[in-house]
Amino acid sequence: MSEKSSLITELETLQKQAEQELAGLTSESDLQNWRTQFLGRSAMVMQIFRRLPEAPQEERPGIGQFANQVKSTLEEKLATKMEAVKASALQESLQTESLDVTLPGRKPPRGRLHIQTKVTREICRIFGDMGFQVFQSPEVESDDYNFELLNIPAHHPARDMWDTFFTTNESVVLRTHTSPGEIHAMKAFNPDPIRVTLPGMCFRYEQMDANHEIQFNQLELLVVGKDITFAHLKGTLEEFAKRMFGQDVRTRFRPSYFPFTEPSAEMDVECFVCGGKGCPACGSKGWLEICGCGLTHPVVLQNGGYDPDVYTGFAAGLGIERISMLRYRIDDIRNFWRNDVRFLEQF
Amino acid sequence: MELVLSWLKEYVDVDLPLPELAHQLTMLGLEVEDVRLIGLPMPTGENKGFTFHGLEWDKEKFVVAQVDEVMPHPNADRLVLCRLNDGQGEHTVLTGAPNLYDYKGKGPLDKPLKVAYAKEGVRLYDGHKPGFELTTLKRATIRGVESTSMICSEKELGISEDHEGVMILDDDAPTGAPLVDYLGDAVFSISIPANMVRCSSMIGLAREVAAYLDQPLRMPDLTLPKGEGKVSDAVKIEIRNPELNPRFVAGLIRNVETRPSPYLVQLRLKLSGMRPINSIVDATNYVMLEAGQPLHAFDYDVLVKRAGGKTPTIITRTAEQGEKLTTLDDVEHTLEDYTVLVADTAGSLSIGGIMGGQESEIRPDTTDILLEGASWNFINLRKSLKYLRINSEAGYRLSRGVHPTLAEIGVRLCLRRMLEWSGGQLAEGLVDNYPLPYEDPTVTITTADIKRLIGIDLTAEEIAGLLRRLMFQCEVNGNAVAATAPPHRMDIGVGVNGRADVAEEVARLYGYEKIPSIRLDSELPPLRSNPKEERNQLFQDTLVSMGLQEVISYRFTNLEQEQRIYPPDARPQGEEYVELQNPIAVDKNVLRRSLLASVLDNLERNARLRERLALFEIGPVFWPQKGQLLPDEPMRVAIAICGLRYPSAWDQKDKGNFDFFDLKGIIEGLLKALHVTEVQFEADSNPSFHPGKCAVLRVSGEKMGWLGELHPQVMANYDFGEHTRVQAADLDMDRLFNLSPKYFETNPITAFPPVIEDLAMIAPENITSDEIVRVIRSTGGFLLKQVELFDIFRGEQIGAGNKSLAYRLTYQAPNRTLNDKEVGKQRNRIITNLEKELGVKVRQAE
Repeated sequence: MSEKSSLITELETLQKQAEQELAGLTSESDLQNWRTQFLGRSAMVMQIFRRLPEAPQEERPGIGQFANQVKSTLEEKLATKMEAVKASALQESLQTESLDVTLPGRKPPRGRLHIQTKVTREICRIFGDMGFQVFQSPEVESDDYNFELLNIPAHHPARDMWDTFFTTNESVVLRTHTSPGEIHAMKAFNPDPIRVTLPGMCFRYEQMDANHEIQFNQLELLVVGKDITFAHLKGTLEEFAKRMFGQDVRTRFRPSYFPFTEPSAEMDVECFVCGGKGCPACGSKGWLEICGCGLTHPVVLQNGGYDPDVYTGFAAGLGIERISMLRYRIDDIRNFWRNDVRFLEQF
Repeated sequence: MELVLSWLKEYVDVDLPLPELAHQLTMLGLEVEDVRLIGLPMPTGENKGFTFHGLEWDKEKFVVAQVDEVMPHPNADRLVLCRLNDGQGEHTVLTGAPNLYDYKGKGPLDKPLKVAYAKEGVRLYDGHKPGFELTTLKRATIRGVESTSMICSEKELGISEDHEGVMILDDDAPTGAPLVDYLGDAVFSISIPANMVRCSSMIGLAREVAAYLDQPLRMPDLTLPKGEGKVSDAVKIEIRNPELNPRFVAGLIRNVETRPSPYLVQLRLKLSGMRPINSIVDATNYVMLEAGQPLHAFDYDVLVKRAGGKTPTIITRTAEQGEKLTTLDDVEHTLEDYTVLVADTAGSLSIGGIMGGQESEIRPDTTDILLEGASWNFINLRKSLKYLRINSEAGYRLSRGVHPTLAEIGVRLCLRRMLEWSGGQLAEGLVDNYPLPYEDPTVTITTADIKRLIGIDLTAEEIAGLLRRLMFQCEVNGNAVAATAPPHRMDIGVGVNGRADVAEEVARLYGYEKIPSIRLDSELPPLRSNPKEERNQLFQDTLVSMGLQEVISYRFTNLEQEQRIYPPDARPQGEEYVELQNPIAVDKNVLRRSLLASVLDNLERNARLRERLALFEIGPVFWPQKGQLLPDEPMRVAIAICGLRYPSAWDQKDKGNFDFFDLKGIIEGLLKALHVTEVQFEADSNPSFHPGKCAVLRVSGEKMGWLGELHPQVMANYDFGEHTRVQAADLDMDRLFNLSPKYFETNPITAFPPVIEDLAMIAPENITSDEIVRVIRSTGGFLLKQVELFDIFRGEQIGAGNKSLAYRLTYQAPNRTLNDKEVGKQRNRIITNLEKELGVKVRQAE
């Protein structure tokens, strides 16, 4: 009995010692050491198993059973303890690892489209929804395409409406508007009906200041078909104005003059800066001149190969920089091609 | 054009509120830009977006008064005291106006002076301060005399900037009347479209208002009193080229006295933006503003003298090439042979319709006047105006087409005004030479035309009704209206032009606001692709996604600026530019040939602003071609980067700068997005780039452009601030895009694991990475999916003139897991080929 009790007593003492030590541990690594010490291959509990042959045959099962019991009790206690230690370690790390979230974020290198690319795309998209396709034509044009074929003969007073850059070849000019594209489009698409937007850079000989540029983007519309009326011109441009400037925007059409359209009109949009009361953005007029437009002049239709007795059409021209200036309250048109990154990066 | 309301009302009854009138004019195509009020109160209620400005004259406190006597000031030579009656009583008013000195100390005046009188407490403009600054009229004692009120100058009342003296009104001004009732007015600034020059006159504007209001137009009296002696005996008119001068009307008036015009006439001229001169010149200007016909007055005595005392003959003819004439502004003009002159037998007198000559101009002592009213070919006249660089009110009107009927109306009106304002005797009748009568066109328009063009249903009677209000003669025949243009406008054409012109008039008077708005409901055109636009967007979006900022530059540049992309001794000679005949500035005299130059200019402009810059531009360059009217406009893409590779942050101090391989990576990314194959970067030389850091890009064997680090001598042409290296590229967008397939195949994603192997090798320096990769790829077979360089090393242990390169090879089969044996076989073949073809030794792992 005494032999038997001595191994069991040893186990009991060992268990007591292990439990005592375990209670005082606080770190994961201490717990690992403790496991090696008490439950590892060469640990004390395992040695009892090896010493089982010392005990009498009939006592061995009892001692073995008891040893297993001690072992699993200690393992359970370790697991519980481990959980507690991990939890308190997590708690501690959560408490210590905190950021000053007000520090600035790291800037990824970000690229941007030029603002005028964006606005041009936006306008083309709106008209695209109405079935308009984009059509482009050259920036350097013959006098014929820029003027003559658009019903603006040489020396006609209407020529005063465009201050023109001439190249050293007098019959070659920098296009003063995107309208030459109307002739190009008509010649390309004849005799199909036409619905195109003609975006592009245009040039005017002007003294540059905050409101005048020698180079500017225009976007022109051209519609040609067998049943196009002035009412369609109004309907199309009003829809555009709503999409571009808001559903509630008010528009008005008033008579104007362009040699390549007749009747001609100017579409004004009620100033969305001041709501029509008058402000610097609208020159105290309450209305913003957004685009010149009109029914395509019969002579222009003829020049494009369309019989004006069969076909009608309309055209409109928008200044894209002007739209951006109004929208983003840009006070100087010269910002666009100066490409100062302090300007470009605001968009 | 300034519309003076009181003047307009002589021809048509208008009682619309001012904002409504401004709105209606605008909606007729006569855009009102602003409205100046002379004494009238500001409109109340909605101003319809129009701006009104001006000084209101209180009815009680601004009145017409009369000065009965001008007395010296007891203590000041430059001041006078006026005995003044304002209709309610007599006052003594102090003034320093120099135009009253003449009356000083003359005792009670026989003819009292009518003046504008302001009473104590009114707000008016300070005459002594520059600009228009409001002040309150207060009681003050000046040199011992108390002053409570004042006699006003035009400036103080906001009429003009004139503060030289006080206003002296016409003798019939009603003493005691509120000033605003006598002089109050509104001046509408109107921008007249180029096809509505018929509205550049009060009568012209009145016609439009009358048409809108459906009111009658009151034409002024055109009859002339009986004269003495016939004009036709006093002057002959000879027109040599009726195409250029279809009509010439002349009248003669003798023994006139040039004097100041009546105050109300002067006021109207001033409000119209013209300077009063004397009663003769003013009459020609007044009638031009009234009726739209420019007129010219000659000193008849000078003409007689030039004719040697005989009857002068006026000859209109084209100038001799190089003929000279000094105009009344003292400028000598050398004339072109198409410019029409008014001449006589002794030579030229004036440039027809443009400006008078000096010799025969009206002088203060002129007594006999030959008055010209003529019509000129407007196209030819505009051509002359442009050549002579003359801007005049007459030229403005005549170069846009003034109807010949106005020549006679103008002369008649003007002779009446001259008689009235300058006295004299009229010679009987007019000389009217009208060899080429203008035929007013008749245009037929149908109800179907109006429906087809404007989209509204009008009956023929309704169409005729609208046109009649605009003074067209209309005949209705079923659904057709034959409309003859009225004899005061030249903007109505014939044929299809005429139909459009008349349709516009119908729409205009019907009211654009009343035309319905309809969304497009017609057949859609066939859909066409726009590869150009798709290409632009693909390039832009890809470059933006890699962190580049787009710029858009001026097409204008100059040779010096463009050639900065070359070292000084490598500038190309004789490159053809699109050159401007009229550049806006000397440094903007040609169109760019190089997009690289554009993007580098932008980089320079921003270099001092950022520690990191990555810019790109897409756009056309302009290359003149022999035997071609227009230049080619190929699309290019240019990229320029400099500075830090990564934006710095507060805890990230990586100062690594962009180098060649960053640029190359961007271009590789772009090529990948284009899905082009057969891409080759080859070391090459290009004057803009560092000779050892420059590559030419070939796609499918075609050169697409160069990329590289800027040559130090090119760097020296720019000021890039702290940036010492710039990487740049300039590529042909058109060709790149043409090689880009519209569709491409994707690789399937396989579930079988890849086998990844690293191969390190020692290669002589002259063997390029490209060559090695080519051998690996061509040997590796289809199982080899990827070859990636991950390390380069140079050092003593591998021997001088050598480099060690390490590649990571990825093998993968689509349908099974690869085993080592298969991969090993490929590896051995690669090792053998590298050694055999390039002499590159693979370092075998032990």
